[in-house]
Amino acid sequence: MSLSPTMLPTLKAREVKVAPEIPISKTLPFWEGLKQGKVMATKCKKCGKIYFPPAADCGSCLSSDMDWLELSGEAEIEAFTHIVVRPQTFMNERPYTVAIGRLEEGVRVVAWLTGFRKSEIKVGMKAKLKAFVTPDGNPMYVFTRPD
Amino acid sequence: MRKVAIIGAGCSKFGERNDVTVAELAFEAFKPAVEDAGITPKDIEFVSVGTAGAGAWYEENLPAVIISEYCGLSGAGLIRCEAACASGSAAFASAYWAIASGQVDVAVAIGVEKMRQIDTLTMVEFIGRSGYYLWEFHNFGLTFPGYYAMHATAHMAKYGTTEEDLALVAVKNHKYASMNPIAHLRNRITVEEALSSPVIAWPLKLYDCCPITDGAATVILASEEAVKKFKVEDPVWVIGLGSACGTANLSKRKDFVGLESTVIAAQQAYKMAGITPNMVDVACVHDCFTIAEIMAYEDLGFCKKGEGPKLIREGQTEIGGKIPVNIDGGLKAKGHPIGATGIAMLYELTKQLRGEAVERSRQVPLKNYIALAHNVGGTGHYCYVTILKR
Repeated sequence: MSLSPTMLPTLKAREVKVAPEIPISKTLPFWEGLKQGKVMATKCKKCGKIYFPPAADCGSCLSSDMDWLELSGEAEIEAFTHIVVRPQTFMNERPYTVAIGRLEEGVRVVAWLTGFRKSEIKVGMKAKLKAFVTPDGNPMYVFTRPD
Repeated sequence: MRKVAIIGAGCSKFGERNDVTVAELAFEAFKPAVEDAGITPKDIEFVSVGTAGAGAWYEENLPAVIISEYCGLSGAGLIRCEAACASGSAAFASAYWAIASGQVDVAVAIGVEKMRQIDTLTMVEFIGRSGYYLWEFHNFGLTFPGYYAMHATAHMAKYGTTEEDLALVAVKNHKYASMNPIAHLRNRITVEEALSSPVIAWPLKLYDCCPITDGAATVILASEEAVKKFKVEDPVWVIGLGSACGTANLSKRKDFVGLESTVIAAQQAYKMAGITPNMVDVACVHDCFTIAEIMAYEDLGFCKKGEGPKLIREGQTEIGGKIPVNIDGGLKAKGHPIGATGIAMLYELTKQLRGEAVERSRQVPLKNYIALAHNVGGTGHYCYVTILKR
């Protein structure tokens, strides 16, 4: 037995650690594209709907015949937040800004917004979506200042 | 479809409940509900349990059967419902459908959550993963305050909503929680205190966010025949029920100033009930974050889109105003044990419609004897709207 923070008696449950392997075979061109500096979306060949996040199957017409296309990256910020209280696995990050940007192609993207002072960040501002690989080898994409 | 009534309701004390297991906590809400209905566990043919955190933030993997066994319900039909923060309403809907369809005559919906057995930052992690893990959490670490904060910045940009408007929601809900003995946070707060509390996910501050809470709630449902059989004196009829889901990816929504799932679920519920929003005497709406309550006013039709801030500024959502909202303290201050919340709303509204608010100061005036519960799972990932009439 041990005592909980409220000093009431408790038992410690058996510990289990899990980190599932997430399949990406159907969206592999997206993850490979990031390494080449491209953010890719899919487009249904049958009905023309564009998907971001990329989807291998079209929920609109149920076709699985999809094209890959590179997004322009030209975005307008529609919503944002500065996250101060971070989740356990983000504790080593400094507080970060997450934004939703609407791209020229009509799809929206959720990503970190970097390279701006906080006071500059407004709904309606322009930003550029960029892909890169982090120093520890993780393919990533962020909104940043337009060139 | 048959008519369905709530014939009994119970609710546990909300807060940090390290004194009880999930089954013991559920029992605290189950027993008073059964006594309120004037039935015994043997009369219950179908059990629906709403809870979201099984195996993650509390230890039981299949809690519905643990709970039904503990409450003496073995032998009844059993289901567990998960609809994130609307799991309780999903359980209620399942019990409702079981009776409305003619399958059973008496059913129970039990909502329960144990969220305080793990540390806060791990909870922030689990809940943050509950948007769309792969596309919004894995690389970007979105938290639930973060998701709603994005709605807040969009609403502020479009309608001029201010941080003070958000604070007013918190001040109101803390006021009513201070009058509610089972509420988690019973301290009154001021606008200044809310505005100067630590930033969690800007523009949301500590006092814009609901607490992490343990709690349970139960309602007993019955068919019209069972209402007569058990000679129930004050049945509260379910006259409207709507449900809808939104996208998991926030980025796939049409806009961020409201929740489309609320609009759709509300339209269904109003249509089924044959009422308009201005006929509602009292409402419990999903205020996990202060901006959520303002969006709910608008999406439920209590005011026009963009006029939610005006409603709170004018005090129209207090007792005595146009439409009293969250007079139990809301998720914001009564607490938000996510699987229990939807049923706790129905508990409160049942008591209100029967004129039995435990504290007379919280009893709303009744004109049409109609109440509305609005329970959102995630950021509009799920939504249930339930309309009750005495």
